[in-house]
Amino acid sequence: MIALGQFLEVLIGGLMSGVLYSLVALGFVLIFKASGVFNYAQGAMVLLAGLALVRSLDLLVANGIPLWVAVVLAVGFAAVIMAATAWLIERFVIGPLVNQDGLTLFMSTIGVTFVIEGAAEMIFGSDVYPLRLFPTDAWFLFEGLFPGGILVNKLDVWGALIAGILVAGLAIFFQRTKTGRALRAVADDHLAAHSVGIPISWIWFVVWLAAGLVALVAATVWGTKLGVQFSITFLALKALPVLIIGGLTSIPGAIVGGLIVGAGEKLAEAYLGPSIGGGIEYWFAFVLALAVLLVRPQGLFGERIIERI
Amino acid sequence: MRAPDTNEILLQVEGVALAFGGVKALRDVSFNVRRGEIRAIIGPNGAGKTSMLNVVNGFYHPNHGAITFKGRTRARMQPFEAARGGIARTFQNVALFKGMSALDNIMAGRSLKVRRGLLWQVLRYGPALAEEVEHRRKVEEIIDFLEIETIRKVPVGRLPYGLQKRVELGRALAMEPDLLLLDEPMAGMNLEEKEDMSRFIIDVNNHYGTTIALIEHDMAVVMDLSDRVAVLDHGVKIADGTPDEVKKSQAVIDAYLGVAH
Amino acid sequence: MLYREAGQFKTSYAEDMAIFPIRQDRIALAVLLAIAFVGVPLLATFRIWPFSTDYLLWAILLPFLILALAAIGTNILVGYCGQISLGSGAFMAIGAYSAYKLATGVHIPLAWLGFAISMPPLPVLASILLGGFMAAGAGILFGIPSLRIKGLYLAVATLAAQFFFDWAFLRIPWFTNYAPSGSVNAPALDFFGMVVRTPVERYLLCLLFVTVMAVLAKNLVRGNLGRQWMAIRDMDIAAELIGIRPLYAKLTAFAVSSFIIGVAGALWAFVYLGSWEPLAFSIDRSLELLFMVIIGGLGSIMGSFIGAAFILIVPIMLNVIPTELGLPLSTQTITHLQFITFGSLICYLLIKEPHGFARLISIGKEKLRLWPFPY
Repeated sequence: MIALGQFLEVLIGGLMSGVLYSLVALGFVLIFKASGVFNYAQGAMVLLAGLALVRSLDLLVANGIPLWVAVVLAVGFAAVIMAATAWLIERFVIGPLVNQDGLTLFMSTIGVTFVIEGAAEMIFGSDVYPLRLFPTDAWFLFEGLFPGGILVNKLDVWGALIAGILVAGLAIFFQRTKTGRALRAVADDHLAAHSVGIPISWIWFVVWLAAGLVALVAATVWGTKLGVQFSITFLALKALPVLIIGGLTSIPGAIVGGLIVGAGEKLAEAYLGPSIGGGIEYWFAFVLALAVLLVRPQGLFGERIIERI
Repeated sequence: MRAPDTNEILLQVEGVALAFGGVKALRDVSFNVRRGEIRAIIGPNGAGKTSMLNVVNGFYHPNHGAITFKGRTRARMQPFEAARGGIARTFQNVALFKGMSALDNIMAGRSLKVRRGLLWQVLRYGPALAEEVEHRRKVEEIIDFLEIETIRKVPVGRLPYGLQKRVELGRALAMEPDLLLLDEPMAGMNLEEKEDMSRFIIDVNNHYGTTIALIEHDMAVVMDLSDRVAVLDHGVKIADGTPDEVKKSQAVIDAYLGVAH
Repeated sequence: MLYREAGQFKTSYAEDMAIFPIRQDRIALAVLLAIAFVGVPLLATFRIWPFSTDYLLWAILLPFLILALAAIGTNILVGYCGQISLGSGAFMAIGAYSAYKLATGVHIPLAWLGFAISMPPLPVLASILLGGFMAAGAGILFGIPSLRIKGLYLAVATLAAQFFFDWAFLRIPWFTNYAPSGSVNAPALDFFGMVVRTPVERYLLCLLFVTVMAVLAKNLVRGNLGRQWMAIRDMDIAAELIGIRPLYAKLTAFAVSSFIIGVAGALWAFVYLGSWEPLAFSIDRSLELLFMVIIGGLGSIMGSFIGAAFILIVPIMLNVIPTELGLPLSTQTITHLQFITFGSLICYLLIKEPHGFARLISIGKEKLRLWPFPY
């Protein structure tokens, strides 16, 4: 029973952390689905959102403002920062590159990443800033069945709930609203969308803003888990395998991919790790993504890529 | 327009059918191309002409039927094998390498003929250099022939459309093909450009002896240039013969004027 | 009036295809080589400004040369063949660690087969070159996915390589000869009896390697293989239709690129660092190399040099200039400014001149040919 209990604990822990990856992946999918751009800067955006949030929160609380008011104000401030960032990115980087190929746009987002990272840390500081918005203790489930019970982090459960709400909201947005349809049109062929009168600049601003807000949500959860610090930007890299496995254009794919990556990593680390020297989590997700790429390049839920002359 | 001096069949297309999902692009098409002739494939839009060319050079694989080229019959062929076998082609939307100059594009067409491998090329010494110079000489002949000397070092992205088409023709010629497939070589050209291109096509056929199969919409060009014409409509061949025969065929007139099917 | 081609006739195709067909360029190159091979060592040996201390050699020229070599390798893959790679750092690591193992004697105990593969330590030159070949082998392996996947998806595959090898060199003690600290010392740099020790000697060694390999790379790139690579980059479907085999073209690009990067990695570890750990070859290094080729110019050997120089100079400028102006900045602020500068420059260049500084220079040259006339 101990082995099963251990397995369940690792599995649940993995699934939960997978959901947290999905939160970051969602931002990627939004931008890719709506503009065909792969946004390497998503991780940096999480950092920026987190820093704006935590620093303003600390400042407000230090000046005696009651906690809940401060939280609302800080979230508002962070949202404004993300909106400004979205506008700047669309105006100075993505807009001018409107008719370039995907690779150029991707490389420009690498440039944007560095600018955001440098600016965010210069303005808001580069220490580790703890965030206390969610409970960080754990439940112990099924203590009767398994000795010690199965450890389930409350934070992870909150993260899963929030991700679920976000996904549902985004799905409705894309399928049901006029802006959502316009977004899908722009992603398909932005020059054609332009020619039927869809205001591309506005649409892209909306998309990047949405991605920025998703980044903000991700920042609240990850910031509580790890503290808001520079290493959060590496989440962006971890989200890549999630996207490859789930499919770059699929919102449910981001969730499923996250679950697979999260669970896979933790299980590989627990069961394979000891015999190979540990630290498997570092590369397991990528090798898994590589394997999926060779077999099914569009991922589990993505659309097939067809080429013709 | 030179009458082919042999009756040797270079290309035989037999019973080819091609469907994309529910859309039948080609239904049981058969025709042949004789060595040394200029063969036109015409038909209204959507008739399946480009699909036919794509099947011949291996880009699409037919669901039924076979292609016999230079005596070898194959159901499926990879584009690389078609190229190596002696089939070259140009495209409706010019498929040049936009990052390279006109000269480099045409030199790229010599890839099949390059003998010296990586290690020789690294040292670029003796035989490797001599081979590179030899390829350059052959390419310069083509450049002279197509009258594009002045633009040889210009990146092709900067060239006007008509010149791009000429460079693409040059690249195809650099392969020293037996069969040259031209997909709407005159598309988007004015009268003067069309006359130039027609002249080049005839010269290629006369000077190099290359067999040519071309898709073209301009009827005057087709009637003037070609030895024989095949007419496709809705994926089916409806006429096949000399330009005069085809011009008089009722089926062809109906297809073009749009009689209800 | 200075930069005129008038009067310079080429009487053979070979002359037209030379690396520097214009005489003024050849003169400039000769001067540069003279300074590099003769001038610098002389000044440094006699401690004449700007070589009064070893700083310029150690901290700038030496890393510049080696990183420029790595940038050439990266440029071949990314700039000429159009295959994006975020794993260059890993290939430098493979070159470095393979060279290290070969130079210290390889011993693979195959206990279950009952014997061990054992090789005596190889001479340094052989180790470095073979290190390059090992990197080339790995490059081919990780390049195989490129036959089915492109662009962004390929980037993920190369990231897989990067992280996997980061981990392997850190966690598999065999690579570091079971060193308890995880860091490794370079063997003595003994080339046919001559030992390379002083900064000037190291500089000349790297200069020799880089000059030779740059010429060889340039030969490849202007020959048929280079054209095949560029064809694949520009339109791989059309390339296949004119008889280029994508398999051959892509895998040779990976192989040649990784070989060069691997040799650069071995040089970086042996000649520049002396002692190193896997962090020296992390994803930051990969991104740095990518930036070098984007800024310097994709698809340009000269651009690789320019990009390397730029990436090295900027942090130094950011350090030195504010201090000279009396406003010293903290190291943290400098790092942040560095990030912002590089990021903005990447975006700016991608928008205005995707072919980087190399293209800006060749446009400058075109204008110079007409100078002092405007057109």
